[in-house]
Amino acid sequence: MIEVRLFATLREGREKISLLKPEGFTVAGEILDYFDIPREEVAILLINGFHSKPDSSVKDGDVLAIFPPVGGG
Amino acid sequence: MKTAYNRKIARINLTTGEIKIEELNVELAKKFIGGRGLGTKILYDEGIAKVDPLSPDNKLIFITGAVTGTKSPSSGRYMVVTKSPLTGMIASSNSGGIWGAKLKYAGWEAIIVEGKASKPTYINVEDEKIELCSAEKYVGMLSDELTDTLKEAHTNCSVLNIGPSGEHVSLLAAIINDKDRAAGRSGVGAVMGSKNLKAITVTASKIVAEAADDEALLTASKECFRKLKENGVTNSGLPTFGTAVLVNIVNNTGSFPTRNWQESYFDKADDISGETQNAKYLVKNSACHRCAIACGRVVNIDGKIVGGPEYEPLWAFGADCGVSDLNAINKANMFCNEYGLDAISTPCTIAAAMELYQKNYIKEEECEGVPLVWGNAEAIVEWTKRMGEAKIPLAKLMADGSYRLCEHYGHPEFSMSVKKQEMPAYDARGIQGIGITYATSNRGGCHVRGYLISPELLGLPEQLTRTSTDGKAVWCKIFQDLTAVIDSMGLCLFTSFAMGAPDYAAILNAATGTNYTPEELLLVGERIYNIERLFNKEAGMKPEDDCLPKRLTEEPISNGPSKGEISHIAVTLPEYYNARGWENAFPTQATLVRLGLE
Repeated sequence: MIEVRLFATLREGREKISLLKPEGFTVAGEILDYFDIPREEVAILLINGFHSKPDSSVKDGDVLAIFPPVGGG
Repeated sequence: MKTAYNRKIARINLTTGEIKIEELNVELAKKFIGGRGLGTKILYDEGIAKVDPLSPDNKLIFITGAVTGTKSPSSGRYMVVTKSPLTGMIASSNSGGIWGAKLKYAGWEAIIVEGKASKPTYINVEDEKIELCSAEKYVGMLSDELTDTLKEAHTNCSVLNIGPSGEHVSLLAAIINDKDRAAGRSGVGAVMGSKNLKAITVTASKIVAEAADDEALLTASKECFRKLKENGVTNSGLPTFGTAVLVNIVNNTGSFPTRNWQESYFDKADDISGETQNAKYLVKNSACHRCAIACGRVVNIDGKIVGGPEYEPLWAFGADCGVSDLNAINKANMFCNEYGLDAISTPCTIAAAMELYQKNYIKEEECEGVPLVWGNAEAIVEWTKRMGEAKIPLAKLMADGSYRLCEHYGHPEFSMSVKKQEMPAYDARGIQGIGITYATSNRGGCHVRGYLISPELLGLPEQLTRTSTDGKAVWCKIFQDLTAVIDSMGLCLFTSFAMGAPDYAAILNAATGTNYTPEELLLVGERIYNIERLFNKEAGMKPEDDCLPKRLTEEPISNGPSKGEISHIAVTLPEYYNARGWENAFPTQATLVRLGLE
């Protein structure tokens, strides 16, 4: 399974955590499309804790964490 | 010529009661901008580096930034500059709210406090009038209660004060202004307490500071407001969730120190996140003076409406103590504000105490009924209060910080600190650049003196690979220098998510009449960073003080996405010194000449 975690405003109208069967997903961008998340709303895309891009490949067992523009300190 | 600088400094000797009015050296101010830079220059020139920080010989400078109180966005900040009793080095701790702007409006660029009052005293400023008043009846009063009391005594005043922690001269004591804003770090509240100074009230009849070129400042400010309103971080991320939005980001990179940095991924992080705070306890946002961001939190704690925690205390009371009870964290944070404690170092010290308890160095009988067990929500609340009261022996020891606590038990290596000041909420094993910031920060363990989290985690202004050391030394130097500029101007660091050096130059030039290019302004920032280092050298700092706790260089991260990572500070530190023009941690003669500090 691929675990998808959404944060901050991306949670509005969507589940916080979803488990997806890996079949049909080859890159992270397809998962953004699955959740209907526009690319411009994504500022940070982590795959297994490391910064990635919509064209980064995904596989069974991966954990995706997706954030809109955020900051702090 | 008009300028945003007030031309007056008040020098108040609490030993003699003498109040002297001195003229600001505007040319010197321009060379060091103001605030942090100018305050350090004054302290250095007056020979404070060598004094005992808790003796009457130490000086406590409250200084506005060059553009504090002007029409510039987020311009509410002031700086407390002194010699730190926690680190024995430079302390420059800044805070927002409205107090700093009011000091500017009252006509004062700075207040320099010297000596020690024979009895508890507070300073009352009403425009040009300054008087010393008895604070004897306020001894022991919590910070918020004292604020309300003094506001009744001096209508429309803004209040800065210390709580009981400062009175006890606890080394983690903060200075609180406007109830929930804090000059929190490096024990500046202990210095205030050591002088028997309980509060400073300021009332001002003006409502905006003047500028050298009003029209140019208005134009530059409008442009900066526009950028802040168009940037995703400052127009949405920070206002909606506050700094607490970082909890889930940092945790999901596996760089979220947990149980005193024995781990770096907290499986209950979402319970203490900004998202959860919004859903359960948030009442509304709050904003500092002229702020377009409004990242402050106001929360409901069992019916009491108070300022809420930033990201750092959420992390430190939370993951670092293994606690996932958000209401308890909010309450412990409230006690930090009420007793006047550093809301970073206090919970970090509780975390260190929990490790000492875990390893059986602190015994159950020392805990007086509240064991320091990981995840114990009652413990973070009760021990914060106990540290504020500083009555029972262990709490009194803890109120002087984790280094002295762990040293007392024979294990200073459990203190996750740099220069005896606790490090904040980002694991430098999984984020290489922030380790350089920690190791080389002139005020000890600190994230906001070169916030490399911005490029390493948030992708601003560009995404760097967090586990790589490549180029990080130079990035760190530039961020440190730009931060010195922002702090010295009296602006909020969060403006830098949307604004850059050209924006700061435009604001500063219009306000003060300087003519800096962005490059020249960064050079001024470098000058400030170097004079802080000169102060530390004179205070007795050694090259080996630029280091990280050995847990970060010898124990790889034990869990989560960054498992196995370790800090490579041995690689980056020489690169950093090379970028700075330093040898053995201090500026070379050539560097001093280049910066006009010879």
